[in-house]
Amino acid sequence: MLEVKDLHVSVDGKEILKGLSLTVNAGEVHAIMGPNGAGKSTLSSVIAGKDGYEVTAGSITFEGRDVLEMEIEERARAGLLLGFQYPVEIPGVKNIYLLKAALNAQRAARGEGEVPAPEFMKRVKEKLAFMKMDPSFLQRAVNEGFSGGEKKRNEILQMLVLEPRLAMLDEIDSGLDIDALKVVAEGVNSLRSEERAVLMVTHYQRLLDYIVPDKVHVLLDGRIVKSGDKDLALELESRGYEWVQEESAA
Amino acid sequence: MSDKTQPSAEQRFLEKLKAREAVRGAEPTWIAARRQAAAARFEAIGFPGRRVEQWKYTDVRRIRDGEFALADDADFSPAQAAALTLPIEAIRLSFVDGVFAPELSDTGALPAGASVEPLTRALADNHEAVGAVLGRLTGVEFSPFAALNTAFAEEGAVIRLAPGTVVETPILLQFLSRAGERPVMSHPRVLIQAGARSQATVLEHYVGDPTAANFTNVVAEAILERGALLTHYTLQESPLDDLLVRSLQVEQGRDSRFTSFTVNLGGALVRNDLVADLNAQGAEANYYGLFFAQGRQHVDNHTLVNHNAPLTFSNENYKGVLDDRARGVFNGKVVVKRDSQQIEAHQSNANLLLSDRAEIDTKPELEIYADDVKCSHGATTGQLDEDAVFALRARGIDAQTARGLLTLAFAGEVMEKVELDAVAERVELTVAGKLPERFNLGGLVEAALLDEQAFEEASGHDRND
Repeated sequence: MLEVKDLHVSVDGKEILKGLSLTVNAGEVHAIMGPNGAGKSTLSSVIAGKDGYEVTAGSITFEGRDVLEMEIEERARAGLLLGFQYPVEIPGVKNIYLLKAALNAQRAARGEGEVPAPEFMKRVKEKLAFMKMDPSFLQRAVNEGFSGGEKKRNEILQMLVLEPRLAMLDEIDSGLDIDALKVVAEGVNSLRSEERAVLMVTHYQRLLDYIVPDKVHVLLDGRIVKSGDKDLALELESRGYEWVQEESAA
Repeated sequence: MSDKTQPSAEQRFLEKLKAREAVRGAEPTWIAARRQAAAARFEAIGFPGRRVEQWKYTDVRRIRDGEFALADDADFSPAQAAALTLPIEAIRLSFVDGVFAPELSDTGALPAGASVEPLTRALADNHEAVGAVLGRLTGVEFSPFAALNTAFAEEGAVIRLAPGTVVETPILLQFLSRAGERPVMSHPRVLIQAGARSQATVLEHYVGDPTAANFTNVVAEAILERGALLTHYTLQESPLDDLLVRSLQVEQGRDSRFTSFTVNLGGALVRNDLVADLNAQGAEANYYGLFFAQGRQHVDNHTLVNHNAPLTFSNENYKGVLDDRARGVFNGKVVVKRDSQQIEAHQSNANLLLSDRAEIDTKPELEIYADDVKCSHGATTGQLDEDAVFALRARGIDAQTARGLLTLAFAGEVMEKVELDAVAERVELTVAGKLPERFNLGGLVEAALLDEQAFEEASGHDRND
């Protein structure tokens, strides 16, 4: 589904990713772990198309398409969605506007007509209930005045409504208390299916107790240096990253 | 006039007055005298040049150098008028190129104690009563355009509310601009007399043939007696070649409240002056404004609040969106007179520039001669938040729609205060429709409005906000 090959990325002339390769298949949940500054957020930002990242070598393909040649919105419409670490506040734009516009843009890209209002409302209300969010929230401006936890729930709500093929979650657990973490994790788990994949970037093993990954990768200094199953995360939790560093240097 | 020298622009305008006098019937002495004095004043001071501080950023040559006839009928296709008319239940007076159009007017819903009449009828009924008030707030010295208006004015609206009268239905003054063989000018007057504790909503709506290119020069005055509540809307959707100069001066008595919404979407050259005199304690003025200009449109808003008494309050929020090579001017002045203690005055102007070549000149002015006051003012000008643009695109919304949504959101803050839903929706749709075509928002906004309705119906009583 997603194929990242020998990716080199620089920010302001400084190389952050130094030959990262990664394959994510449909049906899989991957977790990328690593210390601060390893390049975790850079990877998801580059895939989503954020400005300021220069790809100097390598490739990213998504279902056979060259992602780096696609506009930001094309990537999203193709089913590549990024859940932000710091969701931006958008005063004056109601959540319902955003959801509706985003869903219709995705449908239009597939050659489908606009979603009928009753169907749309039913879907949104179901997902809201699932995320334990009040319906009044739809009439509020996107993320404006939201707590950290509400912002993260909102990211997941958007995912549930838009049903991405590949959901990328950038530190989705940061700033969440345990109850909010459970709700967010349930939301992500509900996205899991044979046709979909999830790529999580996280600092903490804690998230992986609730969203159990199929594959865990260790990102150190711009490269994936070790991959394993969920037990690797537990090992990282108890032993830290140093041993991986030493192992990869050896 | 000598046939050797070219007449001045002012003389060219005043020739039209002479021609009009030749065909107009006799008028009461005071009106004739006032016209004469106003014409003399206008000829003496002339059109304002850029060196006049009040007109520093607004070049009126397009008016000065224009050739404008006076309209002598109010013929307008009823179908077209219907399409242009705001879809709200209203007490309505319509003017076509400044001429009263009875067949496009309807004052049937007026309650007892209220009168809404064309100026011509009010003068015919009792010209002394009108003359005692008309021009009291806006004299010929206010501006050259006020003098020009006073010299020419024959038409307009007179709204009178007896003490305690509450008019629930909005009073709509519709000014229709027609595309004709040659451009015309009109000089309407509006007079609002709101008696003690009366309440009303008055809406001036400027709209017309898209290809019209006329000059409209309005002088409006409103007198609010003790406890009167007046909400005044100006919805300016003039044809894009129209020239519009208008002023509204308000005099406020004790505990009166005046709320103004000035929305400018159309016109080639537009100047609005808004002045409130808060003359007794408890008087409150709220000014809300939105201007959206593109192409080479020029929109100038000059506002003034005079805190002439202690315990008076004013609040102002104007927002501007400028695209292409459009130019906006905001000059907001607040004057707190000596001994006007315990007043509160807040002002803000925020502008959004969508193009590098758009320009805004914004100037807040505070003159405070009292010491126990609470005042704030601020002006900001910026571009769209690119992080927000990215966040929307990252959900699949194309860049132009994302920019359009954010622009609407910026403008929306002012519109939230609008109490007439039909006006708020009209503005929202018009702003969306007027955004450059590439923004393509019309359908989206319409759909979202429908969704809100569907949402409200679906949620029913379980909604707790």
